[in-house]
Amino acid sequence: MTAIASGAPGRTGRRAVAPDTRDRVLPWLALPALLFFVVFGVVPLVGVLALSFTTWDGIGDITFTGPASWREVLADPQLLHGLWVTFQVMALSWLVQTPASILLGTFLAGHQRYRAVLAVIFFIPLLLSSAAIAVAYQALLDPNFGLGAGLGVDLLVQDWLGEPHLAMGVIVFIVSWQFIPFHALIYQGGVRQIPRSMYEAAQLDGAGRVRQFFSITLPQLKYTIITSSTLMVVGSVTFFDLIFVLTQGGPGDATRVLALDMYKRGFQANLMGPASAIAVIIVLTGLGLALLLRRIGGASNPAASQLDGA
Amino acid sequence: MITELRVEIRTTTRRTFLGLSLTLPLGAALTACGSDGPSPSSGGGGGKPTATIWYLTGQPAEGVRKASVERFNKANPDAAVKVTLFENDAYKTKIKTAIGAGQAPTLIFGWGGGTLRSYVQAGQVDDLTPWLDENPQLKDRLLESTFSAGVIDGKVYGLPTDRIQPIVLFYNKRVFDKVGVEPPQTWGDVLDLVPKFNAAGVAPFSLAGQSRWTNMMWLEFLFDRIGGPEVFQAVYDGEKNAWSHPDAIKALTEVQKLVKMNAFVKGFSSIVADQDADQALLFTDKAAMMLHGSWTYGSMKNNGGDFVTGGHLGYMNFPPVDGGKGDPSNTFGNPAQYLSIYSKATPEQKEIAKRYLASLVTDEEAKAWIDVGSLPVLKGTESLLSQSPDADFLKFTYDIANNAKHFGQSWDQALSPTAAEVLLDNISKLFQLSISPQQFAENMNQVIGK
Repeated sequence: MTAIASGAPGRTGRRAVAPDTRDRVLPWLALPALLFFVVFGVVPLVGVLALSFTTWDGIGDITFTGPASWREVLADPQLLHGLWVTFQVMALSWLVQTPASILLGTFLAGHQRYRAVLAVIFFIPLLLSSAAIAVAYQALLDPNFGLGAGLGVDLLVQDWLGEPHLAMGVIVFIVSWQFIPFHALIYQGGVRQIPRSMYEAAQLDGAGRVRQFFSITLPQLKYTIITSSTLMVVGSVTFFDLIFVLTQGGPGDATRVLALDMYKRGFQANLMGPASAIAVIIVLTGLGLALLLRRIGGASNPAASQLDGA
Repeated sequence: MITELRVEIRTTTRRTFLGLSLTLPLGAALTACGSDGPSPSSGGGGGKPTATIWYLTGQPAEGVRKASVERFNKANPDAAVKVTLFENDAYKTKIKTAIGAGQAPTLIFGWGGGTLRSYVQAGQVDDLTPWLDENPQLKDRLLESTFSAGVIDGKVYGLPTDRIQPIVLFYNKRVFDKVGVEPPQTWGDVLDLVPKFNAAGVAPFSLAGQSRWTNMMWLEFLFDRIGGPEVFQAVYDGEKNAWSHPDAIKALTEVQKLVKMNAFVKGFSSIVADQDADQALLFTDKAAMMLHGSWTYGSMKNNGGDFVTGGHLGYMNFPPVDGGKGDPSNTFGNPAQYLSIYSKATPEQKEIAKRYLASLVTDEEAKAWIDVGSLPVLKGTESLLSQSPDADFLKFTYDIANNAKHFGQSWDQALSPTAAEVLLDNISKLFQLSISPQQFAENMNQVIGK
């Protein structure tokens, strides 16, 4: 929306397209995207909702069984456990990623050449597939043949994936390691949008670097923080591949997030009905969180936003 | 998560939904889908009629199976079998999804038992009995005991192929010599050995605990040795509260006793069987013993330097438990691998599939398995076995397979997929000591007959 709005002033310069034609054309431009969204987003979603009221083993025929799957899922303590684990991953990885990404993003926003080089290096983890990362870490963390045993560092010889708290810690660490570069990139863009004049004024008033960071950079990044947090939070609700390869939800069910629980029910236990019910719960949780974050963002004075202020 | 569930929209609504619900990986097929319903892809055949098969990765079996296909393709210029390879755990999920989506290969590779039963109930695999009746020479060449898990309700749905794979107790002779102890004769010996190895800084048992079915092998044997095969049979038959049998509780307690004694290698819950790290622990002298399928013999021979060829690998059947009811000759494992024919394949593909199956019941196939230290499912291989460089191990597994009063199928394969998943989940918690034997039994009783 912002892009369209900011494109508007250019219109006066070019007279080729009359304003009324443009207004008629614009909605049509959204059609391909809308079509894709309906085909790949809405239709499967409706299908999953329909499936959650059936019993199906994934192989044979589907029979309609009403709310049986929902009753089974809602009565299962595994659902609460899954929600709790998902929330832990979400909260912990947000707490680690956000400060680190903001600092790194601010650092990378400088135009010095060495920072540009570092930015490229920091970006590498994001280029690797989650499955490859998981397999690599699995090998590195192996208590008998891994990094710790190889280097002879006893501190690194732990049952990393076999002890519930350690396994959770490892997952949060790897998720952060993988996604901090991405969020740092968002913050880098955000910081670069902050008008230089603000810093110049602050300097004249005698504010130091730390003061500038907390009084200018951080408040100006507010909407960037909300964008980045939305991506993190909603992303962690559906987080699956890394955990699936790394721990399979283990040890026991210590790292069995909701998405993994859904997968196991659907594709390993052949219970597509309950799995679909969980899928619906995941969608609702994700939507709810996204709306909540929007609320938080929109609640205060929009004039403070960097986009409108700039 | 929408991606994960793309194949769920099924049967009644297939025509309307199938094309639409396919997401990116199958997006290219979007336009081709609506017209002729599900048809297993026959791509790559170059116009020749082609049957497809999915096999597992992992040497040496991967090489043997690929060689069988190549041999078939060479001998049959008018037809082709096309192989796709998957990792073990990935395959088990993938094949179910493919069958549900109407996209399965012509030949379905599997372990028989509960999973095969679910395919049969859904009418997804063909009954092979009439074909075998027409070709008695095939049926007669296969060892009778290998048919068991491929037979559902008296009909053969999976043809036994590959090899017989009992689970045995492997041990490292170098480590036993170093510590100065003898291999265990009874369960009591096992318990005595644990502190001795721990004191010597060697893990008593290697175990790839993250894979869960590895832990299950311990329960299979302890249930059998303590209570006899009847205890699990009751579960299989759907008897109420069968898991709460006193012998079952005793076996579960024994396993937790082992965990508490640190009998399993430190960090066993972090170890994955697909990466063979558990075997590496044994042949690098970091562990003294390992309960594992006989298929690991071949990979230890490949990867373990002179560990196998130098005679450092010892093996025995699981020792008896004092006062236990199970016959010490009993064993567990895979009586065979099974190949089934996908019912929705074209008649042409099915014909090729049958010819391919027939090509597996030959001396060449048997010899290929013997060459990698495995026991083929065919009769009349004794002379080939004795000529093999692995004759000792082959004779040992042959005797186990032939003398066993009861050759139990791996539990996770025997049970329905639904019950198996709950079982593996609870086994993992049992080995974590996060549930008690009684809780285990309670949790498992709830899925009996499901």
